Amino acid sequence: MRKIHGGTGAAERAGEKAPLLLRLAAGMALLGIAMLFAMILAFALPAFLQPGPGGAFGWFWRPYQGEFGILPMLAGSLLLSCSALLLAWPLALAVCCWTLSAAPGLLRTGTRAGIRFMTAIPTVVYGFAAVFLLTPLIRAGLGGAGRCWLAASLMLSLLVLPTMALILEAGLKPRLDRLCLGGQALGLSKLEILWFLVLPQSRKTMLAALLLGFGRAAGDTLLPLMLAGNAPQLPGALTESLRTLTAHMALVTANEVGGAAYNSLFTAGALLLIINAVVSLLARRLAGRPGNLPGEQM
Amino acid sequence: MTSHMPGEGVKRPPLFRLFKHCYGLAAPLLLFCLLSLLGFLLYHGAPSLNLSLLFGDVPPLEAISGRRPVWDGLWPAFTGTLCLIGLTMGLALLPGIGCGLYLAEYASPRRKKIIDSAVDILAGTPSIVMGLFGFTLILFLRRTLLPEANTGLLPASACLALLVLPVLIVGTREALEAVPESLRLTAAALGFSRSQRLRRVLLPAAGQGLWGGLILAIGRCAEDTAVIMLTGAVANAGLPAGLTAKFEALPFFVYYITAQYQTQEELLLGFGAALLLLLLAGGLTLLAHGLETGYRRRWQGGKR
Repeated sequence: MRKIHGGTGAAERAGEKAPLLLRLAAGMALLGIAMLFAMILAFALPAFLQPGPGGAFGWFWRPYQGEFGILPMLAGSLLLSCSALLLAWPLALAVCCWTLSAAPGLLRTGTRAGIRFMTAIPTVVYGFAAVFLLTPLIRAGLGGAGRCWLAASLMLSLLVLPTMALILEAGLKPRLDRLCLGGQALGLSKLEILWFLVLPQSRKTMLAALLLGFGRAAGDTLLPLMLAGNAPQLPGALTESLRTLTAHMALVTANEVGGAAYNSLFTAGALLLIINAVVSLLARRLAGRPGNLPGEQM
Repeated sequence: MTSHMPGEGVKRPPLFRLFKHCYGLAAPLLLFCLLSLLGFLLYHGAPSLNLSLLFGDVPPLEAISGRRPVWDGLWPAFTGTLCLIGLTMGLALLPGIGCGLYLAEYASPRRKKIIDSAVDILAGTPSIVMGLFGFTLILFLRRTLLPEANTGLLPASACLALLVLPVLIVGTREALEAVPESLRLTAAALGFSRSQRLRRVLLPAAGQGLWGGLILAIGRCAEDTAVIMLTGAVANAGLPAGLTAKFEALPFFVYYITAQYQTQEELLLGFGAALLLLLLAGGLTLLAHGLETGYRRRWQGGKR
């Protein structure tokens, strides 16, 4: 079988090697990725190495007094994405369980189509709609400026929810299909099969969804930039303003002309690059390729 | 269906009972949020969806031929986005599709693993980091080879190309891997060499799937804002003037209006732009999804 597939004839063997064009293309793709890392790390290295005050690892961003710390932004990124996930992950799980087990036909199709469509909505459009719809509501209801941690966090959870729901569904559905008949014969409802049999098997998938959601939330620029208020501080409450690494990068390139502020820009970029690379690799380890999800356990 | 089965009397853990009571609410809540946001956009944006949204007061033909500049319409931003898409695809097509083909057909397992990891990392990289890449590249060029290097259409397209590369690679690879094994075996049995098989059998068979990946990449390219913010998008550039010139683009225009609008007309223009962008990106993604579903059904669902 294998021999037929791999081919044994002389012509086949001569064609074993990939055509030059394809090898060139793969090389170009890898070169692009390597250059991305090389450039950003090379520019960030001096900033990483620079010690003491004025460096990037301080708690204060006061450009006029020579302080360029980005730790508040790092904390802002982490706080914002974690709070978004806190809302989005259980919701994604619930939506996924619901479409898999209980939803009546029409609603299920509608929900699926809605989730599909949500992955296509540009973040800038989400941001635009939220600035004029959500922030006035928050301003009226809770006071404050409206552009705050809460607004950005709500919209971010809306942004990452479809991604997570799709990953969860891709991971849970094959397992559910396999266990459904036996479970129902034992008198379990579909939801009970999901909760007691499928979910304990799918810890890796659930964690992968969480990680990928985190990567997406921490990497998004426009929603925090438009909705979080961008004050470089640690927020004390949900209605206070915060600034994320991504928004910081956009603001610095728009407003500053160089010098130490740029160092903080490169450091922020390198931090994001490293965090997201680690997250992607971990998530891939956990979930495998989406196509490989079914049957990875058992 | 199972309500009178024996398991019903068993007491379940509290977390499960909570979940059971609430989980039906999540999807309607989600749909409600989605519909209210979309409804809000439609309500304010739909009235301005007409030709003058694109061209302002200028007659369309004169605007399209570039004889008269458009100041109060989206035409410059729209052409900017089209130029970005064209250039980006021109840059990304060969490495993207080529690398996908290489992965699906030729790569040894070890290389496959390495390239797969690299592509995964690239897919997870935030778009603003891609923008920063272009930014550092320009700084680097300024210090070394090209002192006059500046942000513009070409650097922005190069970064966008890097951004859509994983979409193209994964799309191509999955399209090829969805082609049934029997087709490969038949081609091998007929004495096709590997490259003949790829060109004469697999590529024609995978065509629709390839288009799906391509259109998805175009949608991704049209919607991204963070990359072009750092690499040369501006609010008032007029029609794109050249490869190194600054340019306007729809997503950047939407962002700019949110931050800087001064009059009610500008705000309405912003709503129109957001709606147009939503239709463009959403339409492209749905088209890609439709193509992909049809493609999969053709090769995998239609088993006799």
